[in-house]
Amino acid sequence: MKTVHTFLAASTAMLTALSAQAADLEVTHWWTSGGEAAAVAELAKALNERTEHSWIDGAIAGSGNTARPIMISRITGGDPMAATQFNHGRQAEELVEAGLMRDLTDIAEAGNWREVINPPSLLDACTVDGKVYCAPLNIHSWQWLWLSHAAYEKAGLDVPTNWDEFVAAAPALRAAGIVPLAMGKQGWQQNGAFNVMMISLLPKDVYLSVYDEKNAEVAAGPDVAKIFQAAADARDMAADSNVQDWNQATNMVITGQAGGQIMGDWAQGEFQVAGQVAGEDYTCLPGLGVNKTLQAGGDAFYFPVLDDADMSAAQGDLAALLLDPQVQVAFNLKKGSLPVRGDVDLAAANDCMKKGLDILATGDALPDINQLISSDTRTQIEELFVEFFADASITVEDAQARFADLIADAD
Amino acid sequence: MAASRPRSLLRNLNAKIAAIPMILTALVVFTGGTIWTVAYSFTKSGLLPRWQFVGLDQYERLWDSRRWLVSIENLFIYGACMLVFSFVIGFVLAALMDQKIRFENTFRTIILYPFALSFIVTGLVWQWLLNPDLGIQSVVRGMGWESFTFDPLYNAQIAIYGVLIAGLWQGTGLIMVLMLAGLRGIDQDIWKAARVDGIPTWKTYVFIIIPMMRPIFITTLVLVASSIVKVYDLIVAQTGGGPGIATEMPAKYVYDYMFGGQNLGQGFAASTMMLLAVLIVVIPWAMLEFGGRKRG
Repeated sequence: MKTVHTFLAASTAMLTALSAQAADLEVTHWWTSGGEAAAVAELAKALNERTEHSWIDGAIAGSGNTARPIMISRITGGDPMAATQFNHGRQAEELVEAGLMRDLTDIAEAGNWREVINPPSLLDACTVDGKVYCAPLNIHSWQWLWLSHAAYEKAGLDVPTNWDEFVAAAPALRAAGIVPLAMGKQGWQQNGAFNVMMISLLPKDVYLSVYDEKNAEVAAGPDVAKIFQAAADARDMAADSNVQDWNQATNMVITGQAGGQIMGDWAQGEFQVAGQVAGEDYTCLPGLGVNKTLQAGGDAFYFPVLDDADMSAAQGDLAALLLDPQVQVAFNLKKGSLPVRGDVDLAAANDCMKKGLDILATGDALPDINQLISSDTRTQIEELFVEFFADASITVEDAQARFADLIADAD
Repeated sequence: MAASRPRSLLRNLNAKIAAIPMILTALVVFTGGTIWTVAYSFTKSGLLPRWQFVGLDQYERLWDSRRWLVSIENLFIYGACMLVFSFVIGFVLAALMDQKIRFENTFRTIILYPFALSFIVTGLVWQWLLNPDLGIQSVVRGMGWESFTFDPLYNAQIAIYGVLIAGLWQGTGLIMVLMLAGLRGIDQDIWKAARVDGIPTWKTYVFIIIPMMRPIFITTLVLVASSIVKVYDLIVAQTGGGPGIATEMPAKYVYDYMFGGQNLGQGFAASTMMLLAVLIVVIPWAMLEFGGRKRG
């Protein structure tokens, strides 16, 4: 095994010196909605035009929960693709530990990633034992409250500027026949909304001690109790929202059937497609208008180890290209996400994206939940919230006790 | 004994050699895979199998999990109702079909048709039919009954019965066809004899025909029972386990933890429990069925 490695390393080095040969790179991802597909097309175009390699698109329809098992079984089953999308963090942790992912440290050093990537936590999430294993591509943040101007106009109210006003306006909206809060009945959306409230309504060290230090006492404590109370309010406000997918819920806000929705910045694409203008037709409140802190997660590309030295070199070229300033701008404008480089100019960004960029520039970014807890723990917590939001008879105290148990057992 | 053994081994040698691949598959893939899964359910395997023994931890967590308990409960409700209703409805339909009616082929095709659809399609169709805004409820309301309410999939207490309706719709046709084949296999002389003796038709069915159809009933039971234990796609397509966790099923728990949760150990523990449940049902039945025959 060792000799094979040495041989591979030697041949890789040789080939890099000779300049890489053209290769077909199959890239798997789960970006299939309109805006997402347009963003991927930018990556493919850049690879096809600027290098001699070609992009073979391996889109997998369905959400990440559908796509990830397919990607993982291909990698572990000995049929690896050239590159694959994962969310930053621990989703691919075990694949890296098992030595199935290509070490990108050489590319990262050549591209000076340590300096240019902002916030640095994104690169940390790619780093295992001092080696870089993934190329961060974009930043998505969850902490946004999207509000429909039409809905508040119909109820004769001003558009709220923070969470408390939003909750206070709920009865008036309901009286006008509008659902106060749109929320899809899926665990990841409900769990996401809960985490948004935790970050936005409490000092940020509570979030870190619950999810980073897994402190069950804090999870059972009075601060988190407030968040469960807020979640119960949200459950109440979303009682009449009978949709499943997040974009259906966003559509309720766009059409004025609902007052607002807690959803990540990817919801923005839906408003854009519907031809709505930020500030006129809808308002976005980062951090629910309370704590203007964003949780910086997003997508990254991982490169499985391939036997073919030409392919490995081509993987390196693709990794370097993903962090290229031009590619970053082209991709993120289409995707509605923020670039991972702090030094690129995003003049074409809209109001909401600019608000996000400003917050990132002040350095007020927290690591995403996927970087802190394992997929296993995340599945368990999502289960708790899907039950909590579906069944109004579950008390705040019960739910919090179960949450604290999960945090105590978390890894 | 010892002398005759090699000869019996060599008898039908060609057939035995031909059976070797199948025997190996059964031993290595089925039995070997099962043993491997059970063994790894005692480990702390995450995304990849890892031999790190943790005793019964995975099982303790499994039986502490509300979702697992709800899944088991749902499997029992769905399984019991599915068995009873699909047998009763399937048999009654077959008996009606057996009355030498006109257009029998047409009716048989119509009733068997849903079985040609996958569970995914079935689930989606019934998700729409049971959706209060565009399905049965809105149609009936549109006809004038404003207070009519029929939305089982949106009520956690009865959501599992909404799934049951879809399962019955899809599966009953097959049962009917099997039963009909059984009925056609009954000698017409039996019917004539019963009629001569003046036995009412329903009594002939219950006391003569059904006992004679025992082999068909057992085949059907095995088919229905296996489709109950592995029900997964119907849930995924129709409810996704919702509302809340009201329609979760064990097979979905296994999949979600093995792949979504990246916790193979937990998924293996759950699938081992499913295997155990099947064995608890199958072993007494097999002993009754095959052990009894030997004595007789």
